[in-house]
Amino acid sequence: MKRVYPILIVAALFAVAPFVDVGIPFVFGTEIGSPGTLLVLGIALTFAALAVSYDILFGYTGMLSLGHALPFALGVYGTNLVMIHWGLPYFAASLVALVGGVLIALLLGSLALRTSGVAFAMVTLAFAEAFAILVLTDPLRIFGGEEGLPIAVDHLPDIFRGVVNTRYVYWLALLFAVAVFMLARLVVTSRAGRVWQAIRENEPRVEMLGLRPFAFKLASFVIASAIASAAGSVYLLLIRGANAGTTSALFTLGILVMVVLGGTGKLWGAALGGFIYGILDLRLSEVATSDFIADMPTWLGGPLSEPLFILGVLFVLLILYFPGGLISIPGQLRKARSARRVGQ
Amino acid sequence: MSSLILNASTALGLAGLYFLLASGLSLIFGLMNVLNLAHGAFFAIGGYAAWWVMDTLEIVSSLGLRFVIAVAVAALAGLVVGALVERGLVAKLYGKHLEQILLTIGLSYVFVALLGGWFTYDPRLMTQPAWFGTTTEIFGANIPNNRLLVLAVAVVALVGLLVFLNRTRHGLIIRAGVENAPMVRALGIDVGRSFTIVFALGGLLAGVGGGLAAVYFNGVSPSLGTAQLIFAFIVVVIGGLGSVPGTAVAAVLVAFTQVFANNYLATGLGSISVVVLLALVLLVRPQGLLGRAGT
Amino acid sequence: MTDTATALLTIEDLNVWRGEAHILHGVSFDVPRGQVTALLGRNGVGKTTTLLALMGLLPGSGSASMSGQELVNGETHLNSRLGIGYVPEDREVFSTLTVSENLRLAERPGAEHRYGLVYELFPDLAIRPDQEAGTLSGGQQQMLALARALLNPNELLLVDEPTKGLAPIIIEGVVEALVKATSETTVLLVEQNLTVAGDLATAAVVLDQGSVVYTGGMQALAGDRALTGRYLGVEVR
Repeated sequence: MKRVYPILIVAALFAVAPFVDVGIPFVFGTEIGSPGTLLVLGIALTFAALAVSYDILFGYTGMLSLGHALPFALGVYGTNLVMIHWGLPYFAASLVALVGGVLIALLLGSLALRTSGVAFAMVTLAFAEAFAILVLTDPLRIFGGEEGLPIAVDHLPDIFRGVVNTRYVYWLALLFAVAVFMLARLVVTSRAGRVWQAIRENEPRVEMLGLRPFAFKLASFVIASAIASAAGSVYLLLIRGANAGTTSALFTLGILVMVVLGGTGKLWGAALGGFIYGILDLRLSEVATSDFIADMPTWLGGPLSEPLFILGVLFVLLILYFPGGLISIPGQLRKARSARRVGQ
Repeated sequence: MSSLILNASTALGLAGLYFLLASGLSLIFGLMNVLNLAHGAFFAIGGYAAWWVMDTLEIVSSLGLRFVIAVAVAALAGLVVGALVERGLVAKLYGKHLEQILLTIGLSYVFVALLGGWFTYDPRLMTQPAWFGTTTEIFGANIPNNRLLVLAVAVVALVGLLVFLNRTRHGLIIRAGVENAPMVRALGIDVGRSFTIVFALGGLLAGVGGGLAAVYFNGVSPSLGTAQLIFAFIVVVIGGLGSVPGTAVAAVLVAFTQVFANNYLATGLGSISVVVLLALVLLVRPQGLLGRAGT
Repeated sequence: MTDTATALLTIEDLNVWRGEAHILHGVSFDVPRGQVTALLGRNGVGKTTTLLALMGLLPGSGSASMSGQELVNGETHLNSRLGIGYVPEDREVFSTLTVSENLRLAERPGAEHRYGLVYELFPDLAIRPDQEAGTLSGGQQQMLALARALLNPNELLLVDEPTKGLAPIIIEGVVEALVKATSETTVLLVEQNLTVAGDLATAAVVLDQGSVVYTGGMQALAGDRALTGRYLGVEVR
């Protein structure tokens, strides 16, 4: 239980955010306690939870799924649709969406797991893209197409309505992120978690030990998808609607970027990566439209005004020089410094 | 009947595009185990190169000739970008397959954002020879000529690729390398050079595909490649990773499924049908139609 | 013991890891020029690992020098071009290529291509040049793998269990071919079949748990029941 202390301290620090009147210049546009920044933090925390769910799948079990946006988007759209069409209140709708997400994950996972490695990556990407196309072309006229679906405000508890109550939405996101982190830690340190890591290292050996990798891989897939789906429900609350962006290839690859950015192998690395990605994603657009960039010549300013360009370049540099992610940087710098000291 | 021919020709044209995009992807994966997610960007780069030539090279008054130059430039652009990406970046992560995949993801962001930053995200219309817009009558149906063009180029590419693979030493090395790269090395052959060749070849094919896609879709935008890339992936998986003939067959299968579902079921169901096709292939033959079992 | 003057290949203190497992512990031995040296030992003891390290297919520490060139941690294709023919444990012929394509791929630029020798040794291959290698029988694949290594005039042949999984009558053919082909070549032969090793080799090196426990003459080893029993677990007939 001693290991719970760090996470509780971090949670407590985040919990007081709505009461903080100062801001961090350049990073946030307004004070930390303001609704705008609280939303940014809330989204970043939700991404942290999403990244942790992906770390279970990719970091621990070694399954390169490129379709993790699918359960997330199902959570976002599913919760909203259930509220709109079945009239259920928010939490009940989230539960329904979660169950639906799990069932779909079972189905798609069973199919996709007939392949492995790169073929598996392509297949999961294909499934996610299929949903994205379904949402955009919207043949059933329920998804709202490109404009998306504004949140069904009437079915939200009063506590989550209105800008003044942003802090409660924020606290929900924080609570969710902490719960996901602790759940994930429980799961990866369990026996199943050790089997997952064994599968990642050497799947044939696991089979030789008499276990069935397929069952464990499917379980990992479904658990990760369930968490992602729940994260989608929280995200819906934060951005006040469902939009097609959550289904895009860009976003699903972004989840992979989150985890690699932070560093696989340690849950809090993934959480850190998700959090930073969230901040970067939301704030880089601000930098991009600033005057500083606008004053540059087109050939330079054009790309620099694209947040994706900056993110992409940073990511490429990261992969080339710090493939272990952000959490590996201190270790690697330390090694480089001591190597120089020894005179190598 | 004529609408059947029309749909079939549309499907064949689309199959041609898918083949051009997917064949390079399949070879790159087959030989190097690299999932090149930047491949869609090669496609878009080719598209913009072709568009740019058509737009600026006004000294060549004949649009037909200008278009030939445009496609050649698109091919060259794809080849150069492919070779540079492999030599300068992918090769640095030799043996680390996951990092290579991640690198290509980062590159896809960079390239698309670069194109968007320079040309904006609005689709650009491409000046085309008048002939493209007209139709030819085949079996009573009026087939748009641009469809025929794409199909013709794709067939030429398929034949060229097969000749390269089956009749040249480089092709021999690549075919062997797709099966067992370390053994090729053990025979004294530097497979690393083949990696660059395959990436450059993939880039060339994607570049040509992009130039033709600009014609087929009547415009070019930075996301041209990303939208089609997913279909290319499905084609690669259905055809079998590393198999060029498999890619050709799968491209036809996927394109026909997509076009006919869109026309005879409901618009928008084309893509879903393709995914269902993928699911079926996975259930029955997970290694792909012409792939080797165990891949 | 051979002195280094007549050794083509000198291995010193070779250590190789596969993942976390330390497979070879400071292996040292010489491979005398112009002879067949058998590399023996029980399963898993590190014989194949040794060959892989010599081909640069596995990294390691220590040294393995051939004609003044260092092989350990070398680039595989460069090691091969020094004049090494490699016949891996599972033959690894290219199944989608034809017999003649497999051989053509093995042609080293600038070297003599001894098709005459190869087709004389393996007439079975000469009559089926356009057959896909994947459809060949196990024995024919083994001959193809050997042919690939014999095509160029290599200084050193690394042969890994050429008789594995083959029927006795096929084994006879393989051994016969090997005897003819290696009359003046230096060969390092990994073999589990001690009779075959006895027929082909004059020198022997025995590994046990990643270390060298015997170097000397093959016949001396074969006659020593205590040694063969302890390290090879079986008698040589």
